[in-house]
Amino acid sequence: MNREKNDMSMKRFETLTFECETGNYHTFCPISCVAWLYQKIEDSFFLVVGTKTCGYFLQNALGVMIFAEPRYAMAELEEGDISAQLNDYGELKRLCLQVVRDRGPSVIVWIGTCTTEIVKMDLEGMAPRMETEVGVPIVVARANGLDYAFTQGEDTVLAAMAHRCAEHLGADQARRTRSSLPKPLGPQKTPESTNPPLVLFGSLPSMVASQLSSELKRQSVRVSGWLPAQRYADLPALGTGVFVCGVNPFLSRTATTLMRRRKCRLIGAPFPIGPDGTRAWIEKICSVFGIQPQGLRDREDLVWESLKDYLSLVRGKSVFFMGDNLLEASLARFLMRCGMTVYEIGVPYMDKRYQAAELALLRETSEHMCIPMPRIVEKPDNYDQLQRMRELRPDLAITGMANANPLEARGIDTKWSVEFTFAQIHGFSNARDILQLITRSLRRSNMGDLGWTDMVNVV
Amino acid sequence: MKLAHRMHAGPAHIGTPRVASSFKNVHAIMHAPLGDDYFNVMRSMLERDREFTPVAASIVDRHVLARGSQDKVVDNTTRKGREERPDLIVLTPTCTSSILQEDLQNFVRRASTTSDFDVILADVNHYRVDELRAADRTLEQVVRYYLKKAHGRETLGRSLAKIPTANIIGTSTLGFHNQHDCRELKRLLRGIGIGVNQVIPEGGLVGDLNNLPRAWFNLVPYREVGLMTAVYLDEEYGMPYVSTTPMGILDTADCIRQMQECVGKWAPVLLHREVNYEPFIDQQTRFVSQAAWFSRSIDCQNLTGKRAVVFGDATHAAAMTKILAREMGIHVCCAGTYCGHDVGWFTERVSGFCDEILVTDDHTEVGDMIARAEPTAIFGTQMERHVGKRLDIPCGVISSPVHIQNFPLGYRPWLGYEGTNQIADLVYNSFTLGMEDHLLDLFGGHDTEAVGEMTHALTDKELSWDTESQLELSKIPKFVRGKIKAKTEKFARHNGIGKITVGVMYAAKENFGA
Repeated sequence: MNREKNDMSMKRFETLTFECETGNYHTFCPISCVAWLYQKIEDSFFLVVGTKTCGYFLQNALGVMIFAEPRYAMAELEEGDISAQLNDYGELKRLCLQVVRDRGPSVIVWIGTCTTEIVKMDLEGMAPRMETEVGVPIVVARANGLDYAFTQGEDTVLAAMAHRCAEHLGADQARRTRSSLPKPLGPQKTPESTNPPLVLFGSLPSMVASQLSSELKRQSVRVSGWLPAQRYADLPALGTGVFVCGVNPFLSRTATTLMRRRKCRLIGAPFPIGPDGTRAWIEKICSVFGIQPQGLRDREDLVWESLKDYLSLVRGKSVFFMGDNLLEASLARFLMRCGMTVYEIGVPYMDKRYQAAELALLRETSEHMCIPMPRIVEKPDNYDQLQRMRELRPDLAITGMANANPLEARGIDTKWSVEFTFAQIHGFSNARDILQLITRSLRRSNMGDLGWTDMVNVV
Repeated sequence: MKLAHRMHAGPAHIGTPRVASSFKNVHAIMHAPLGDDYFNVMRSMLERDREFTPVAASIVDRHVLARGSQDKVVDNTTRKGREERPDLIVLTPTCTSSILQEDLQNFVRRASTTSDFDVILADVNHYRVDELRAADRTLEQVVRYYLKKAHGRETLGRSLAKIPTANIIGTSTLGFHNQHDCRELKRLLRGIGIGVNQVIPEGGLVGDLNNLPRAWFNLVPYREVGLMTAVYLDEEYGMPYVSTTPMGILDTADCIRQMQECVGKWAPVLLHREVNYEPFIDQQTRFVSQAAWFSRSIDCQNLTGKRAVVFGDATHAAAMTKILAREMGIHVCCAGTYCGHDVGWFTERVSGFCDEILVTDDHTEVGDMIARAEPTAIFGTQMERHVGKRLDIPCGVISSPVHIQNFPLGYRPWLGYEGTNQIADLVYNSFTLGMEDHLLDLFGGHDTEAVGEMTHALTDKELSWDTESQLELSKIPKFVRGKIKAKTEKFARHNGIGKITVGVMYAAKENFGA
């Protein structure tokens, strides 16, 4: 039996090949998550405890945003802090009091960095005492470049926040109600009241979050809360009996925390990116709650129908993901469904369990579309990738900003991968936005060849 | 610890690759965690570079933390050597490697024994120096390394070139308008019959550095990067250097006269004649540059006594202050720089040309100073531009840190005679934008707001304005209203007046002579 199970799981991935390279690739530092999280959580303040290096990165990565009055700041470590001539606790307290006085946030998030890791600054140890003395909750997330890449920063923050969610009280009561009482009859049996509490996790712009909530509501699935919520005070209750489902592929630590520490039940589904992903995501949630989805296929077909103009542009084109934000597998799956050939899915880190459903859908899509399975390369090596790209000559490279202009100069169309993390790409209604991003350089190429595609001297 | 979210100068490991990757065929390898290689992003985006930035990282991760880098740095270095066949690899420490205190010098030694290219460790400490000083130091280090090497191999070019030549030292990638400046400097030198021996680091080859001493003198256009190298070459090889930035008509003339002095020493011997650049200066100042004419024109007369604030790196802020004050008759109320290490020079340069000197790297201090000074225009960095936006004051960008719009495709030098034209445009445009706003207010503009809403920051609870004086205040152009209000209130407080009437306003006006 056990053996059979093993065979099954082997079989599941038999066509998926995973490779692991050197990890010499370009990506953003995970502290960049403050950029979107401080905007998402309106009453928060993010304090990045790090050096000038971190500060300069944020300043350059966030561009104009920092010139507004952002709700984030650096606690810039100086030589005295590193050599422990200054007292960490006293210094941090001074800064936190200043933040509380000037900005009055409902929560301060400390972002630990490489430096705090190396000097072993005990942020988690300091936070509880500081909290009582400063009078504001302090959440500690270690979003450092030693351990994580880019979007994984959000994962560390949400995992830390999961501990701050209230305990779900109604769990026992709810179960008792369901088991002992006869099922309510007639008009009382509104489908909304039947599904156990469902909490979705992942930071999305509020409009996208409500779009996804209302998609589920169409299927009579009620969403009881989001992690994170618009305000820190509105964090959802968690606990036994609460179902959770992720909306982004990079949230594996959060998922683990929710399951192990908060005893929630994880719904493993593909991610709602692209109409195919969105349908699969909703179907999976419905199936867990024993609901038969209504009109979902039609809805998906309609979306595909509306994408026709873009699909004709991308069909048959090839794409190469260099990999830097962990959205790659989901995007690749969607693009394959659009008829594109994917040569390679570079990805910083692949949690095969958390992404299992997504990977299964990827394989299914490749069979369905008769497109060969791409290789999945974890911790890619940018140099080697560039060599491969030189041979493959993909129509489109999805890559970081460090490589985009040099590739364009060599006649390869590119799309900055960072844009996918900031654009609205989730749900049925935003599928068009993904294709808009994807096709931008292809549409530009359609303006005709001016005769200068290669802009470098090949020696 | 210090609370901050903006900084003027970047960390040291931005400065080192700025110099290293400016040279041709030189690579930098950073000993850094994942994500610290955003230098590549800056270069690829801001400079729109077509080439892959020759900067890589030897990643510091958990394993490195636990066991040390061991062979990783050496392997990465030799691998880069194999792949790219560079002339030189500069191992760059970051804030992380500063704390780890691994023996990077040892890695360098090991890597260089097995390879046919040169490897050096950038001698910069993250916690002691910023981007600019790191760049300065790295350039000196590279030059010193190759001159020493040439010395040992007896390939050093020490004989002076037959015609007067100069080295231009300090133009580098991501420098403010550096490429345009370099072209203009070459043109300037050509104009007075001086050849360019070498330009470093931008576009230079480390293999040519042994011929640096063949130039008659060195020209260091920017104080921040290159001065250390020039001083070294002076001490070691007796090469004179000119470090006056040829920015503005006066300083350009000054710079040319200094070059004349350098060339003049050898000219009678090697060229068998005297050199005289005065006719060139005269011709250029009067007819090629429009700046001297501009300062006589009616346009510029309108600017007389207008108030400005200047902030930037030492080179640009000092030069700009002098241009505004001496060449255009503008009143500089505050000149400042974030180059704290150069405070002595800066103070000496600008004293006499401004009311106040501010040396700080704290952006909030700069913002407060601008709010207090209420200038008509700001000349600063991108950060000051944003302060200006908030306070409704126009700003011309004169120095790094800069955004992509400060890497123009068109020809925009800041140095030399064409540079003076660019600067005159910038200054005039900044002020006329302000003037337009002002005129809009004067002639029936759209100014219907109540006085109370208009001036923020300067309200005083002890003082009240009666209706009539409020009306009078609202008639004053928005542009100067804040200042008038503040001055009137200051006068009232000084004289123990609680209620401000029109009479008090006039009295204040007479008192201040405004």
